Amino acid sequence: MDPAALERTPLYPLHLRLGAKMVPFAGYEMPVNYPAGILAEHLHTRAKAGLFDVSHMGQMRLAGSAADRALESLVPGDVIGLAPARMRYTLLLDAAGGILDDLIVTRAPDELRLVVNAARKHADLADLRERLGIGVAVELLDDRALIALQGPAAAAVLGRFLPGIGSLSFMSAREASLAGRRAIFSRCGYTGEDGFEISLAAKDAEAVAERLLAEPEVMPVGLGARDTLRLEAGLCLWGHDIDETTTPIEADLAWTIAKRRRAEGGFPGAAKILRQLSEGAGRKRVGIRPDERAPAREETPIVDAAGRPLGRVTSGGFGPSVGGPIAMGYVEAGHAAEGSPLGLFVRGARRPAHVVRLPFVATRYYRAPAS
Amino acid sequence: MSILRFTKDHEWIRLDGDIAVVGITDYAQSQLGDVVYVELPEIGRRVEKGKEAAVVESVKAASEVYAPVSGEVVETNAAIAAEPAKVNADAEGEGWFIKLKLADPKELDGLLDEAAYKRFVEGQG
Repeated sequence: MDPAALERTPLYPLHLRLGAKMVPFAGYEMPVNYPAGILAEHLHTRAKAGLFDVSHMGQMRLAGSAADRALESLVPGDVIGLAPARMRYTLLLDAAGGILDDLIVTRAPDELRLVVNAARKHADLADLRERLGIGVAVELLDDRALIALQGPAAAAVLGRFLPGIGSLSFMSAREASLAGRRAIFSRCGYTGEDGFEISLAAKDAEAVAERLLAEPEVMPVGLGARDTLRLEAGLCLWGHDIDETTTPIEADLAWTIAKRRRAEGGFPGAAKILRQLSEGAGRKRVGIRPDERAPAREETPIVDAAGRPLGRVTSGGFGPSVGGPIAMGYVEAGHAAEGSPLGLFVRGARRPAHVVRLPFVATRYYRAPAS
Repeated sequence: MSILRFTKDHEWIRLDGDIAVVGITDYAQSQLGDVVYVELPEIGRRVEKGKEAAVVESVKAASEVYAPVSGEVVETNAAIAAEPAKVNADAEGEGWFIKLKLADPKELDGLLDEAAYKRFVEGQG
């Protein structure tokens, strides 16, 4: 791709000053890693706190008195029942029950806020405008940046600027000022660690990022470690682990289908998805541990003991905190149980592996102390 | 006296007598990033100039290591299989991959010397 055609986030100059290695990603020039390298950035995030520029992601506003009801016609989550300032992970579905995107929806005052994948934001915008109808105004907030602060020290670091932010519930949002700049702080992330995503005006992003990077626990972390962190946490990447050809049940995301929605249906592909929910799907996304040390990358064929094809790896590589190779992929339902032996064809040789429970690394999302 | 040569695929080869040591260059390891796995050929395997002789994997991706010249694998570096990070730490020393008994030492003539490789890397931007 012509580098001149790539977009840049508001933190682009900061990435260059920090010595990042920049690569094309989803139409943007993004940092894949900084001088510390992917391994160090990954381990630092698990130990202290990593700061990620995720401004390439699509931030949207849905306005309209019945925006929640309208959005429910496209996703299987409970949006109507979403309390103020609460947020939820859900899936944008097509009529066949395929996953067009995965996203986070937050109930903000008088509107819904969405965060969607960078590679999908323009397609989602057109799709939402068409399928939500004229009663819902859909706006892409492309004048906003998004910064993630992830890791066990994230709450303590933010707490120095925002006393009390440490008690914000997981999957909740709060508006506040940091270094004099207004921002929305959401307790969520894509690493399996406690952490926050900070949505703010593009013009304020660099000052806030630099202020946070000045804290001793905080290191800049690129997309390389973002990918290894999310894979260890068992989280899906759209276009790899989920896409239009996979349903929520096949993807082992049945938990995203709210109880009321299971009873009522009314989302795209509901008949197929609810049938798979009760009868099971023919294939399932599973965690895979190669028994030897060779990583199995995306597209690696998965076979059974007799060499018969079972599916393919959809994300795979080396897990720095696991200290070895890890993968996710789809296998026939009969081979999806924990412990099932699998073979992985890497460079022409069948290599032993087995199904493991996800995540690979225990998640450490914030849980409020029992009162 | 040893002869040191390089390939445009970023391997180095150092010939001492009729045995050559092969590895990837420091530039190659810096481009790969953290090396997490290496796959080495069996002793006795015959490798062909320009064909895959080993595999090196970083966190991000797998890459082939090509044989700079043809020959028979007489030794492999167990230390980098056990501790792949040695490739990053000392790519042109302790991070060597294989030792080859050369089929035809004249094949070295077509490779780059140190100055030519340095110019080649600088041209890579």
